[in-house]
Amino acid sequence: MRRVRIKDEHLEQRIFLQRSAVAAFIVLGLMLLLAGRAVWLQVLQHELYAGKSQDNRAHPEPLPPNRGIIYDRASRVVAENTPAYQLELVREQAGDLDTTLAQLALLGLLEQDDLERVRQLVLSRRSFEPVPIRLQLDDERVARYAVHRHELPGVSLETRMARHYPFGAIGAHALGYVSTISEDDLARLDMERYFGTGVVGKTGIERAYEDELLGSGGYREVLVNAEGRRVDVQDGKVGQLRSRQPHAGRDLRLALDIELQRVAEEAMAGRRGAVVAIDPSNGDVLVLASLPSFDPNGFARGISRRDYLALTEDPDQPLFNRVLRGTYPPGSTIKPIMALAGLEYDVVRPQDKFFCPGHFSLPRSRHRFRDWRREGHGSMNMRNAVMQSCDVYFYRLANTLGIERIHDIMSRIGFGAPTGIDIGGERGGIMPSPQWKKTAFSGREQQVWFPGETVILGIGQGYWAATPLQLATATALLATRGRHYRPRLVRALVDPVTGAVEERTPQLLPPIELKDQANWEVIVDAMVAVTSGPRGTAVRASRGALYSIAGKTGTAQVYTVGQTENYDEKKIAERLRDHALFVAFAPAEAPKLVIAVLVENGGHGSSAAAPIARAVFDAYLVRGAS
Amino acid sequence: MYEELAASRTRRTVTATARLMRALHLDGMLLSGVAAVGFFGLFVLYSAAGDNTVLWFSQVARFGIGVAVMIAIAQVPDHFIRMVAPIAYVIGLVLLVLVMLAGDVGKGAQRWLDVGIVRFQPSEIMKLAVPMMCAWYLHQRPLPPSLWNVAAVLMMILIPVLLIAEQPDLGTALLVVAAGLFVVVLGGLPWTYLLGGVVVAGAAVPLVWSLLHEYQRQRILTLLDPQSDPLGAGYHIIQSQIAIGSGGVFGKGWTNGSQAQLEFLPERSTDFIYAVIGEEFGLLGLIALLAGYLFIVGRGLYMAAQCRDAYARLLSGSIALTFFVYVFVNAGMVTGLLPVVGVPLPLVSYGGTSLVTLMAAFGILMSLHSGRKLLGS
Repeated sequence: MRRVRIKDEHLEQRIFLQRSAVAAFIVLGLMLLLAGRAVWLQVLQHELYAGKSQDNRAHPEPLPPNRGIIYDRASRVVAENTPAYQLELVREQAGDLDTTLAQLALLGLLEQDDLERVRQLVLSRRSFEPVPIRLQLDDERVARYAVHRHELPGVSLETRMARHYPFGAIGAHALGYVSTISEDDLARLDMERYFGTGVVGKTGIERAYEDELLGSGGYREVLVNAEGRRVDVQDGKVGQLRSRQPHAGRDLRLALDIELQRVAEEAMAGRRGAVVAIDPSNGDVLVLASLPSFDPNGFARGISRRDYLALTEDPDQPLFNRVLRGTYPPGSTIKPIMALAGLEYDVVRPQDKFFCPGHFSLPRSRHRFRDWRREGHGSMNMRNAVMQSCDVYFYRLANTLGIERIHDIMSRIGFGAPTGIDIGGERGGIMPSPQWKKTAFSGREQQVWFPGETVILGIGQGYWAATPLQLATATALLATRGRHYRPRLVRALVDPVTGAVEERTPQLLPPIELKDQANWEVIVDAMVAVTSGPRGTAVRASRGALYSIAGKTGTAQVYTVGQTENYDEKKIAERLRDHALFVAFAPAEAPKLVIAVLVENGGHGSSAAAPIARAVFDAYLVRGAS
Repeated sequence: MYEELAASRTRRTVTATARLMRALHLDGMLLSGVAAVGFFGLFVLYSAAGDNTVLWFSQVARFGIGVAVMIAIAQVPDHFIRMVAPIAYVIGLVLLVLVMLAGDVGKGAQRWLDVGIVRFQPSEIMKLAVPMMCAWYLHQRPLPPSLWNVAAVLMMILIPVLLIAEQPDLGTALLVVAAGLFVVVLGGLPWTYLLGGVVVAGAAVPLVWSLLHEYQRQRILTLLDPQSDPLGAGYHIIQSQIAIGSGGVFGKGWTNGSQAQLEFLPERSTDFIYAVIGEEFGLLGLIALLAGYLFIVGRGLYMAAQCRDAYARLLSGSIALTFFVYVFVNAGMVTGLLPVVGVPLPLVSYGGTSLVTLMAAFGILMSLHSGRKLLGS
């Protein structure tokens, strides 16, 4: 039976009194502990802490490191540090931050749009740290600051080394730029190294080699008085002032040739597109041009929100790196490699002839895959098919090879995966296959691979998407007969203090061994015919060259033409016009330079893209731009 | 003759004040203690706030609101405070769940609930609602509580505490646990249970460790070795010890603490204001402050002992002891005895909600005390 208890008021009262008494003793004991702790700190350890409190008046002043200088392959300076005035703000001295910032905006020393960003930036750093709030002030603003400095507590004008790109927009997509450390950057950076450094590499080489370029920051302690202002001499005992020397970052020697880059960009001027030039013997990227470009000095100076929006909202997308991130159908530029695949898998011999009536149909299908030349090319062997860029020949070849073999060899060559160039942000493009289709689409009927989709891969259309850099690397494969290198922008790192040079060894990509080595020459011969043979598609652009060029033109469709329509260049809006492509290497017998050119909505590869490649070849091989 | 007259006039004034106090259900002794510490706190805050006089005036205003709340609650009949306990508890729980689902995030923690005009932390309600609920549950049952009743009370504490710890707000969770446990202990929790609880808690340390957020672990690790991270997590503790230690016996003087005034000391007007007192008023200042706190806690316990029923006793006792936990945890953390948990120094730290909660607690104490007493006063 359960025992029923009743409330006993007196018992409860007694228990409570007992317990409160115990609690009171414990409270008293702990209070004495707190008092004891105070005695320990304030009486017994007083000397120690009084000393430390004095030390606390020594404030660390940053000694920012010199950022590594970037030289191009001919030792021309492409990124340097120049002394510039910048405004810095120390939050704990600024009084009311919002008032100070508002005052700065009023004086035109900060843009109104930037106030919130600057506020967040200042709040995200430690209160005693000087935070750069405006980089690279011009003389007029320096003067304006000087007049109003007394109204701006905690704001100081400092001479700092600022990043400067003497070639401006030329090569901007390769070099990248530095800019103010943002809140997002704070999460990934070791801020200890950035003490006193307000900028960080944001894109391109500046970002990829940030660790090497930065070095590490140092500091020097200075005495501050009770108002936090710096004093040089202080009476009485002065604590030991500590300091740490900054370590300069390493200089970079690039593979890039800034003058050749200039040639490429000038040849492309006014158009949108990309030019890549690679030395096939080691993967050196001599030209990495994405047009339109932008001036990286704007970012290094601290770009205003308005200017930044102007760049991001420009329909020509000047900040978009087309070389690395633009993916386009490779078009006919892929035909030499497709022919090589046909030879390697023994589905065709160089001398085999096929008749081109101007269109191709799969068995039991009425769908006509049309040739770019409506009347057809007539009887075609491999050399003629490459030279004249006959579509029907390659429709047939792709259909015979089948999607599995095409996907297999093209993936080995590097399509569908990033090339691994030494700067970030690269895209891999798409090398389509039935497996790829299953993951890329969700609808069941969209996941089916149709035979027709294999056919159009023969001329580099369909889902196939490649970056200009991939096209250049694949062309380098032909130039080197299967032994091509990973593209690279940086050749060596140099320690400016010791002079120690760290050469980066070229990295061989997985080599392609053909069953019959002679097949390389078949393909190269056909590509030489493109620029020199009768009815070669790039003959005009190559006329008068003092060296032999092996090349291939390409035209990538943006707009799908209906079965019965004709493609009329004039009628189609500029943005829907075909992309023009050209890949080439020269001299054909001993290649020194591989080039890939893409002109967005340029129309034909022969007329729009090939002349740009020619200009770069001439500059490099004849005039010797370096 | 004249002196006698003056003396009798003084006597009359005193009696008049006492009468007014009784009419308003206020406890003169407790009120004096709170006022003494409160005024001292405002005095210190004026210095700690530096140039920021807006901050100081807003704290004065909050004090005013706090006193009004205290007086208002003291007028509430004690049986009503008993009756309202389960309702307050349930509302608090609902709000905590709401915070979890739709609360505002401030300083990385989801604690705030925005109801149009005011933003408040429902966890503050729980500081009072949990001990009220525990006392309400126990006062209907014979004491000392049975094992079953103890388990039930522990559940009542655990549910809101887990919700609060999840926000994450370790400081408040700790205070709520303390407030609830004090009720059970004062209610006569057998010492053997208490001992068992301590053993179990010790065994649970590894488990709790695995549940803590990274920053909370960091705080505990930093406590063990503050020098390991002098510019990061250890910065607070190192700077506050330097502030207190350099104050010496007599202090550097009001508004003259270089640690506090040069902003070496972080959060000097909120959680670390104890260090400002140590620096500017020295050992004497700290001892005076601790004496003030001791007086308030002692008076609170004395008032609890006088209460007529179990509910009033348990709740009052818990309020007095929880107040002490505030003091101990804050002072312990600032002097480097305990890890840094966000608990303000009661009646002194800048901050609205916790001040109002405290004053409301004192109001409850007075209301319960002014009900019919068991022992004649």
